[in-house]
Amino acid sequence: MLILAIDTSAVASAALVSDDAPEGVLASFSTEDTRSHAEVLAPGIDALLADAGVTGADIDAIVTGVGPGPFTGLRSGIATARTLSYVWGKPLYGLMSLDAMALEVAESTSAVPEFLVATDARRKEVYWARYSLADGQLPRLVDGPHVGFAANLPDLPAYGAGAGIYEDVLRADPDFSSEQPDALFLGQFALARLAAGEQLLDSTPLYLRESDAQVPGPRKRAL
Amino acid sequence: MNRTQPLVLGIESSCDETGVGIVRGTALLSNTVSSSMDEHVRFGGVIPEIASRAHLDAFVPTLQEALAEAEVTLDDVDAIAVTSGPGLAGALMVGVCAAKALAVATGKPLYAINHLVAHVGVGLLQPDDGGPRPFTGSLPGNELPENLGALLVSGGHTEILRIRSITDDVELLGSTIDDAAGEAYDKVARLLGLGYPGGPAIDRLARTGNAKAIRFPRGLTQPKYMGTADEPGPHRYDWSFSGLKTAVARCVEQFEARGEDVPVADIAAAFQEAVVDVITSKAVLACRENGITELLLGGGVAANSRLRQLTEQRCSSAGIRLTVPPLELCTDNGAMVAALGAQLVMAGIDPSGIGFAPDSSMPVTTVSA
Ligand SMILES: [Zn+2]
Repeated sequence: MLILAIDTSAVASAALVSDDAPEGVLASFSTEDTRSHAEVLAPGIDALLADAGVTGADIDAIVTGVGPGPFTGLRSGIATARTLSYVWGKPLYGLMSLDAMALEVAESTSAVPEFLVATDARRKEVYWARYSLADGQLPRLVDGPHVGFAANLPDLPAYGAGAGIYEDVLRADPDFSSEQPDALFLGQFALARLAAGEQLLDSTPLYLRESDAQVPGPRKRAL
Repeated sequence: MNRTQPLVLGIESSCDETGVGIVRGTALLSNTVSSSMDEHVRFGGVIPEIASRAHLDAFVPTLQEALAEAEVTLDDVDAIAVTSGPGLAGALMVGVCAAKALAVATGKPLYAINHLVAHVGVGLLQPDDGGPRPFTGSLPGNELPENLGALLVSGGHTEILRIRSITDDVELLGSTIDDAAGEAYDKVARLLGLGYPGGPAIDRLARTGNAKAIRFPRGLTQPKYMGTADEPGPHRYDWSFSGLKTAVARCVEQFEARGEDVPVADIAAAFQEAVVDVITSKAVLACRENGITELLLGGGVAANSRLRQLTEQRCSSAGIRLTVPPLELCTDNGAMVAALGAQLVMAGIDPSGIGFAPDSSMPVTTVSA
């Protein structure tokens, strides 16, 4: 099974993952910055396909990270994934973006049985979720995703750029203090879960916050 | 690529309408629009984040419907065009990402085009019924006349343009320096308790009011802003509507402070007259002083009955021929984007590629990126 995975919940990233490929990965890319998704994502995917010699017809499914993440960036990836899925006629699945980092943690040497993943939610808050990890298993989402102040999170080891920013109040793992969710791990997680016969999400974005719109109050009358 | 009668798919997402339109050369095949207007009603104006969320969900269904209505497939398409600015940054992003994905998945060339110039492009469209008959409201002979201007009035913009070539020579003669005209309508409608969108509500009520009962200011009309034809002031062809909105608020407060009933219909009529008077007088002045003899009216406020009436009247006294495209082509839509895209293809202009960034303040001098 060949999957094109896309995540733009923080940085822009995409990957081609396959259970036939060595290490499961054909090709991948990710950007450093979190604000140029509209420019770099499509050229990145185009190059990814060309370099791997893959066309839309070869792809079995598309997986997109559905956040949480800053809204405009998050939508870039979902809009891209939905359009590719429509044109190529391939199934589209969603995966919670923090799951990608949970898998990265699980595959690292710093894995622990209970942990948090946190990314930058701006406005002095983090997006976070809590995972448990049993030997030889995929990480399991126990709580979240949520958005909130770092100081209010459970007292557990915390991984990801959101933990790095608030290392004064979180037990941030230094090896992960600037890590972001990446399509590479998202795709691998999706592949593993589909192989295990598990259901994935649809591509509905997890905004977690309402739009900032305020319903205007009644106009004050002059007395 | 077919450069004589190209089949072009256009995508629009700069404000609250998700539009996909398809044209073949200058023939309109389909124009599908999904609007999030209803979701903005309780806020009294377009909320960018709500519009962006709606674009994401509306895009693929709108695309599907446009293809079905035009009875074409993506394989048939010669080129894709998308609005890359000006507009709301987050809203533009959705259309641009979707258009780029479409280009990646189909291998078709992509044009990143200017929304304002696209409003002019619809003037060149004709119905796809085999005949050469233009729409009532197409430019004469479906060709760009020599001395063409465009007056664009909507909730997002208010501009007067001069078009020497729709593909590479457009000049901004004047624009609003603060609120767009449609935005002023929305704000005043809220002040008067008339609901959203403000344009139709005020237009309707104004018919029953006396426009001469109150005189509201016409912004940027003092000599220091206007100057003379030979020595134009800094805002000779520009508009400002924020002072007008404040004047309406003050007027309402004065009636209330005196304990009198607010004459809502008279205020609506007088406000509308102030907007329409200053828009048309400055637009016609810009036309006369720049040798413009053909004027195209576009944007959603082109639906306003008084704006149409006074524009027609003043254009005809000044010897300017006025073109008003059908209303569904005046409001934001994908067909206008496709229409301009087709002009670019036919003019042999290179596509934009997929590396461009949307530009929320794209100048009209940039017709395509
Ligand atoms: Zn417009």
